[in-house]
Amino acid sequence: MNETAAPTAAHSALSAPRRGPAQGGKAVAWMRENLFSSWWSTAVTLALAYLLIRYAASFIDWAFVKAIWSVPTGANGLPDTTSCRDNPGGACWAVIAEKHRFILFGTYPYEEHWRPMLVCCLFVGLYIVSAMRRFWNWRIVPIWLVTLTLIGILMWGGVFGLSYVPQERWGGLPITLILATFGLAFAFPLAILVALGRRSRLPAIKAICVLYVELIRGVPLISLLFMASVMFPLFLPEGMNIDKLLRAQIAIILFAGAYLAEVVRGGLQALPKGQYEAADALGLSYWKKTLLVVLPQALRIVIPPLVNTFIGFFKDTSLVLIIGIFDLLTAGKTAFMEPHWQAFGVEVYVVLGIIYFIFCFAMSKYSAGLEAELNRHRRR
Amino acid sequence: MSAAETLASSVRADAPPAILLERVNKWFGALHVLRDVSMQVAAGERVVVCGPSGSGKSTLIRCINRLEEHQEGRIVVDGIELTDDLRSLDAIRREVGMVFQSFNLFPHLTILENCTLAPIWVRKMPKKQAEELAMELLTRVRIPEQAHKYPGQLSGGQQQRVAIARALCMQPKIMLFDEPTSALDPEMIKEVLDVMVELAATGMTMICVTHEMGFARQVADRVVFMDRGEIVEQGTPQEIFGNPKTDRLRLFLSQILRGH
Ligand SMILES: Nc1ncnc2c1ncn2[C@@H]1O[C@H](COP(=O)(O)OP(=O)(O)O)[C@@H](O)[C@H]1O
Ligand SMILES: [Mg+2]
Repeated sequence: MNETAAPTAAHSALSAPRRGPAQGGKAVAWMRENLFSSWWSTAVTLALAYLLIRYAASFIDWAFVKAIWSVPTGANGLPDTTSCRDNPGGACWAVIAEKHRFILFGTYPYEEHWRPMLVCCLFVGLYIVSAMRRFWNWRIVPIWLVTLTLIGILMWGGVFGLSYVPQERWGGLPITLILATFGLAFAFPLAILVALGRRSRLPAIKAICVLYVELIRGVPLISLLFMASVMFPLFLPEGMNIDKLLRAQIAIILFAGAYLAEVVRGGLQALPKGQYEAADALGLSYWKKTLLVVLPQALRIVIPPLVNTFIGFFKDTSLVLIIGIFDLLTAGKTAFMEPHWQAFGVEVYVVLGIIYFIFCFAMSKYSAGLEAELNRHRRR
Repeated sequence: MSAAETLASSVRADAPPAILLERVNKWFGALHVLRDVSMQVAAGERVVVCGPSGSGKSTLIRCINRLEEHQEGRIVVDGIELTDDLRSLDAIRREVGMVFQSFNLFPHLTILENCTLAPIWVRKMPKKQAEELAMELLTRVRIPEQAHKYPGQLSGGQQQRVAIARALCMQPKIMLFDEPTSALDPEMIKEVLDVMVELAATGMTMICVTHEMGFARQVADRVVFMDRGEIVEQGTPQEIFGNPKTDRLRLFLSQILRGH
């Protein structure tokens, strides 16, 4: 393109002063090139534009124009949802107004909702701090330990005048964040060890790692969760019991670990042999070589698939609903179980979707920025 | 020239050899890559190894710092025999520096970090001292101003000079070079060779795989010609280049001369 354009530009430069492309003309030019370059492209553009506008319009109509935001309390003391039910063309956001605390915190005692609320804020704060490269050193360890201890104290209570809340009553967003955070925080180091182990020269270590990855990958997460909740207790000695949440957590860690291990292994394989040799020649021991030379490079290479897997697992934590753990999705589903709210599941799912989207989109955005920053050194 | 000659005469024949190879054999699977290779390098001696591609030159010097393991024979480096013992391996790697054809700098670290990594983590040198040492050596290879850049921002010649500085930061007694200028554009070869000539003048024990005959003539005490895994001929640069005794060497010399 540029090569062919250059001579003409040179010609016109002789006759008239060259003009840069007009600012306003840019958008028009872009549209002409991308949307209306041929009759076929024009037709597709128009058809898609029609569909887009039609559906966007009807969505806006449903979600905002015809929506009902609150309902009165009926004679029996329950909310009276007749106005919503008589309005099938509009959303009934009253279900969210009424049930949002249940969706977010499940069956956690109502007066104590500030505690899981604070827990969610602590988790978000922990993510933000961990995302800052300034804290990528030993300081991150005490930060995590203190935050997680605080989270434990807030959720359980029983100390500092906080009332004790048994684990069966936890629910909603904190459960999802607990499963995802602990899941990935443990699965990631596990994955690195397994990926390294798969490349080990020691046949026993290699075999164990291969076996682990292949076994776990060959089974759906759902069946792993079932095994964790039903079979696992059978193997434990009489009287000893690990609680349900922890069992699900372990299943998620093992599952995520196998997938992440393969991602990490991809990064290890992408690293040129010369990097290993240079580190060897300098006398770095295996672990120093791995930590200082190999992993920093290998992990950078696999940031996109790594985050892809992270995002997948954040959402997969919702599968714990099948073993009766009350995560965000389960809480949402339960929220519209009551007869008078039953018709308004879509509204709840839209809100759940938005919550999941916020977390996943933040991860995705962050990883794009991180990738650009960490791979700066590759640019010439 | 004269500096090299005076240094050459300073090599003491009575000192124990820096490197000793005795009937070393190595196979890659069925491929016999080193055949009964015996060789001695005295402390302070500078040896150039040449030979056709695939003749086992890289394998030979990689055996000396045990990037490759030999299967038969004995290799003794600075009085330490190369065995499976991990401690001997550590000791060897501290004494022997290596420069690769493809530089192999660590792309995620700055030039300065590349140079201080091993001194800090292997030699347990305080960071500040390691940085001073690195700057001193970067000055010696004439790129102190690039210290805070990343390898990807440097030219090939500059990267190879950093690689030399990085190896020297471990203060090795012996330096191995595996075709250090083969991956470079012609205009950058000289800047790397100049650094190597200066290094030779400091009395460093060097084994250098290269086809740069000018360099060999200028600094080598001895040239070793390898072909098909064997040492075919060795002698002073004048003997090897001026008076080849075997057909194989004559053929090789005619090929590299035509190449130039
Ligand atoms: N890691 C290896 N595995 C198998 N064969 C190898 C390996 N490294 C080198 N070789 C073979 O050994 C022979 C000698 O290689 P090398 O020492 O690199 O030769 P040179 O450096 O003289 O070109 C070549 O035939 C090469 O293909
Ligand atoms: Mg080679």
